[in-house]
Amino acid sequence: MYSMQKAEKMQALREFAAEIRVETLKTIGSLGFGHVGGSMSIVEAMAVLYGDVMKVDPKNPRWEDRDWCVLSKGHAGPCAYATLALKGFYPLEETRTLNKPSTNFPSHTDRTKTPGVDLTTGSLGQGMSTATGAALGNKIDGRDNHVYVFVGDGECDEGQVWEAAQFAAHYKLDNLTCFVDNNKNQLDGKVDEIMSHGKGIGAKFDAFGWNVIDVADGNDVEQIYDAVQQALTVKGVPTCIVLNTVKGKGATFAEPSGAHSSQPSPEQWEEAIAAAEAELAAVKAAK
Amino acid sequence: MSFTLIGKHEKDKRNCRDGYVQAMLELMEADKSVVHVDCDLMNCINTGKLKAAFPDRAINAGIAEANAMGVAAGLTATGKKTWMHSFGCFSSRRAFDQAFMSAAYAKLGVKILGSDPGVCAAYNGGTHMPFEDCALYMSVPDAIVIDPVDYVQVYALTKKLTAVEGRISYMRMIRKGFTTVYADGSDFEIGKGVTLKENGDKDQATIIASGIMVDESLKAYEKLAEEGISVRVIDMFTWKPIDEDLIVKSAKETGAIVTAENHNCTVGLGAAVARVLAEKCPTPVEMVGVHDQFGQVGAQSFLQEAYKLTADEIIAKVKKVVGRK
Repeated sequence: MYSMQKAEKMQALREFAAEIRVETLKTIGSLGFGHVGGSMSIVEAMAVLYGDVMKVDPKNPRWEDRDWCVLSKGHAGPCAYATLALKGFYPLEETRTLNKPSTNFPSHTDRTKTPGVDLTTGSLGQGMSTATGAALGNKIDGRDNHVYVFVGDGECDEGQVWEAAQFAAHYKLDNLTCFVDNNKNQLDGKVDEIMSHGKGIGAKFDAFGWNVIDVADGNDVEQIYDAVQQALTVKGVPTCIVLNTVKGKGATFAEPSGAHSSQPSPEQWEEAIAAAEAELAAVKAAK
Repeated sequence: MSFTLIGKHEKDKRNCRDGYVQAMLELMEADKSVVHVDCDLMNCINTGKLKAAFPDRAINAGIAEANAMGVAAGLTATGKKTWMHSFGCFSSRRAFDQAFMSAAYAKLGVKILGSDPGVCAAYNGGTHMPFEDCALYMSVPDAIVIDPVDYVQVYALTKKLTAVEGRISYMRMIRKGFTTVYADGSDFEIGKGVTLKENGDKDQATIIASGIMVDESLKAYEKLAEEGISVRVIDMFTWKPIDEDLIVKSAKETGAIVTAENHNCTVGLGAAVARVLAEKCPTPVEMVGVHDQFGQVGAQSFLQEAYKLTADEIIAKVKKVVGRK
């Protein structure tokens, strides 16, 4: 039964997502160029994780019993930086130093620099293995926590993703959930044209022994929320949640092309940020 | 650091791998955070004993070294002191990007073990014969690179490296028993060379060696002594951070250096020593080692002759370098 409580929670998550989208755009916009496409596509999933699902302590980012989030697609760093700032890990203004000299907010997520970033990523495929190792370490120590890892659909070209997938299934890491950001685009073009995925990425994870959940609209907080709740009930195997997303979602200059990285004009930035702010206002008004 | 030299060129009855396993059994018993990750090579280095004693903390990652390195880094992020093992060729070349980014760059101090260094890969042949493993890891900022010689040294350094946090280390390991150099109880300090032979101002050159070349250097020392040529012998088991002070002191006091390694010397110990001398104390250097060649198949004794990793070659290079003074 659809409770009022859940309706309120979804409304709050939609607002959080709209805020993350605005702040991610402002973060990348402070430099003027960057990986907008893959940052925008995971906004709703990050909102669900940090807005409701994950146990984290902004005052103690390395809290032992926290839930972990690893962006194996490390170029989505700006989305994490905006999310963690809104969550209170550091002041929002700090994210505006993105990629500037001596910043703690580099293009790709770095555990040694940014509070709340659990593992260092950038060389694609590697975060899948390190997240798997973290899940194993937490299981060995009997911690009641969960590791979430994001991989891109293009990233799934990397063989290491599948080495990690077989390891996680073999060691029955049910404290690990992998989101596939299935935005259908990679740097050089459409995934289907650059390097297709046979019977599909979900089918591959299924063949590797994972529980697989397909989310039809990976930019819908409620569908993501329901999938995560289902994943948390599954014991004995890790879960893969395939998010069918839109690359560049909500960025007026990036969504139409699905571009991997963008360097729009100042006017285009103003237009995109204004559109995202209007969307945030609309979401709030719908309450 | 305190050591007792045996150095009688006798075969070590104990396998080097058992030095690692014994140290790890003691470490894992005392400290629940110590873990071992292997790549379907537990039977090669007897880490099945770790699995039997600590089933949750001796982890077989299968034949997937890149993932094993990443898993080791992830385990380290949860507070584990993590060793990762494969053959030297694979724990370096096959997993290097992972060692670099997931571990070293992320300041997660994975301890990497590479068995069958250089010609010790013998019958596995050129595909499995790393003459570049140490060079790869020497290129990683702040990494520790170690080439030990016998059971006693492997045992002691396994314990020392396990205590190092925040920086990666790479230790080569001869699988089997090679030659006993040190007596039980010998202890070593990472980054400090061991002066095994020294005769004050009589020394005409210094031999700087590690691993299997330490015993060859001791043989060379004896033969040279018979000819009235006195040399100094240093076991430079730490290639990085290298003992610069000892290199400079030896160069100043003996005026000539010969390096000896089971590795490509153009990017290995020889190159590291030459770099220090070029910067701090220009001194004639001759290098014994593999000169930019690939490995090949054969018995270790054949391979040591083929690549001139012998006492005779060290003697020839000592005479040559003394002539250059």
